[in-house]
Amino acid sequence: MRPPTYLASDLATERAPLLAAELRLPTNWLDYTILGIYFVVVLGIGFAARRSVKTSLDFFLSGRSLPAWITGLAFISANLAATEILGMAANSAQYGAYTVHWYWIGAIPAMVFLGLVMMPFYYGSKVRSVPEFLLLRFDKAAHLLSSLLFAFAAILIAGVNLYALAIVVEALLGWPQWVAIVVAGFFVLAYITLGGLSSAIYNEVLQFFVILAALIPLSVLGLKRVNGWDGLSDSLTKTHGDDFVTAWGGTGIGSDNPLGANWLTIVLGLGFVLSFGYWTTNFAEVQRALSAKNLSAAQRTPLIAAYPKIFIVFLVMIPGLVAAVLVPKIGTSGSDLQYNDAIPYLMSQLLPNGVLGIAVTGLLAAFMAGMAANVSSFNTVFTTDIWAKYVVRGREDGYYVRFGRLITAIGVAASVGTAFLASSFSNIMSYLQTLFSFFNVPMFVVFIVGMFWKRASMKSGFWGLLAGTTAAMINYFVLYKRDIISIPSDQGANFVSAIAGFVAGAVVMVAVSLFTAPKPEKDLQGLVYGTRSPGMAEPPAAGDDAWYRKPALLGWGAVILAAACYIPFSF
Amino acid sequence: MAEQFEPDERAEAAERLRRAGYSDADVQREVTALEEKSATAARIFDLRRIIGGLFVLYGVILVITGLTDSDADIDKAQGININLWTGVGMLALGIFFLVWLWLRPAATAAPPLPVPEEKASE
Repeated sequence: MRPPTYLASDLATERAPLLAAELRLPTNWLDYTILGIYFVVVLGIGFAARRSVKTSLDFFLSGRSLPAWITGLAFISANLAATEILGMAANSAQYGAYTVHWYWIGAIPAMVFLGLVMMPFYYGSKVRSVPEFLLLRFDKAAHLLSSLLFAFAAILIAGVNLYALAIVVEALLGWPQWVAIVVAGFFVLAYITLGGLSSAIYNEVLQFFVILAALIPLSVLGLKRVNGWDGLSDSLTKTHGDDFVTAWGGTGIGSDNPLGANWLTIVLGLGFVLSFGYWTTNFAEVQRALSAKNLSAAQRTPLIAAYPKIFIVFLVMIPGLVAAVLVPKIGTSGSDLQYNDAIPYLMSQLLPNGVLGIAVTGLLAAFMAGMAANVSSFNTVFTTDIWAKYVVRGREDGYYVRFGRLITAIGVAASVGTAFLASSFSNIMSYLQTLFSFFNVPMFVVFIVGMFWKRASMKSGFWGLLAGTTAAMINYFVLYKRDIISIPSDQGANFVSAIAGFVAGAVVMVAVSLFTAPKPEKDLQGLVYGTRSPGMAEPPAAGDDAWYRKPALLGWGAVILAAACYIPFSF
Repeated sequence: MAEQFEPDERAEAAERLRRAGYSDADVQREVTALEEKSATAARIFDLRRIIGGLFVLYGVILVITGLTDSDADIDKAQGININLWTGVGMLALGIFFLVWLWLRPAATAAPPLPVPEEKASE
């Protein structure tokens, strides 16, 4: 739920017949065998995880018992949905090496902040979801508002994922759209209903490795095709100018670049507001960390994820850049290919049967994992935050497990419906995608003010949330879309809107706090910086004091590594 | 349904309704109680076996494909026998997970009966 680089509508503009011939992959029995094996394993994980589900905590949060390497890889995998992979390759084909900002400044600092600073409050307070933290820190109004927004957004994003999958599968494999939607919906439904979060997380970890096995050969062959990195950057410099292969070229304030953003909006808008909003308050991500077995493992979850995240950018950027060299007119009216087609195009051009099957499997797995992350966080929020707190309270635990399974089925059905709806109204869908990209921004303001300022009152949470959301939307949909202020691109406008939402949310929170009653100090233990809750006092588990498991070392290591990665792209 | 019902479920339900968890103390009590009954840690299978099994299988398939690939396949992949190399890489990763599992089995031993998920991947 951060600014979409991959808009479902871009794919749908009556292009299927045109592209069918060009993008259709020459798949054979071998590729389908590889795909079939994967689907069997996915279902097998669901059935095998089923026997571990006894309580609602098992179903929604894996009993808070998973090791850090599993939650860490699931954390990165939940983000590495196919819309992200295809979208970031598209971004690279369009804007060039600016894509690295979404990773090195737009992810790593926020992930490290989540692990080092915020996780003790999240995990230590024993909340089961991000909205539940708002309930404890603020009041029911903030809790209900954030729960409802999240539940709605999660279904929408799951539906967009399904729809994008259907379009890609139709172009690549020739399956009718409804077949792909129903098949993927069925598998996700089956394995989450059976095994709950554990089977979603296990499948995400598996998917992570399959995706790497798909993207690494593709990037290697892509580089070989354009005579290595030097050949790639020479060709791009010739056709797209010097700035295309640098991270900061042309981002001076007042200078012009295709991204429509200067260094300040990149650092503040993307690097601070949008990225912190997404990584630290999006429950589809945070849920993975909350399922870890102890505080140390929970803290290490986003930190372990940060290391692969630093390098994954090369695996999406290189195919995007290679596509920009091979198809110089990509994304313009001079070519049938859209930016989003960069990776599918290279797959069809470079991969022989066998690896092609792995790549197709990886892509489908990534679509399903992206959907599953949203469905498994949706069922948790809907059951524990909405149903169990406001609708049917105080029933035995088994009831909520049964309800969780039921709402999973309803959620999947709703996303299948959304996907079908999207195929008729794709413009509305991209509008909604943008709309929801702003919901994490005010969430982040409310969290950051609430965690660091004891005085922030109970009522300020709700009003901050509302004001921040409204301000970001007004800036984007009124000021930008109606040309009242001039920003050259949608991405640039996203960054500015996020900053506007952040500032408005913070100002309203402070103002409301000054006029309303603060939360009694005794109710803030473990929720505000400088306090401790009893849950945080647990002793470290055996082996967690090893130097390579120290959160501070892991976290700062990731920040330094990401900063170092900028060096070759800065001059 | 996998869940089991405790005999004193009714009394517990009444108790839950009374204390009605909206405060941090309530949430912590509720989650702590659930953690004690949780079965995931004791019953979940070891994921390393699945990843290891699947990647060894994929690795073997790709290595065989690579060894029998035609010149046209190799030309398409820019002269690299990509099936062979990807297969070798996946095989190595699969073996890594199996060796890791063998050297450092999970601390909480899974129940000894043969787990059904093995069939799925091998």
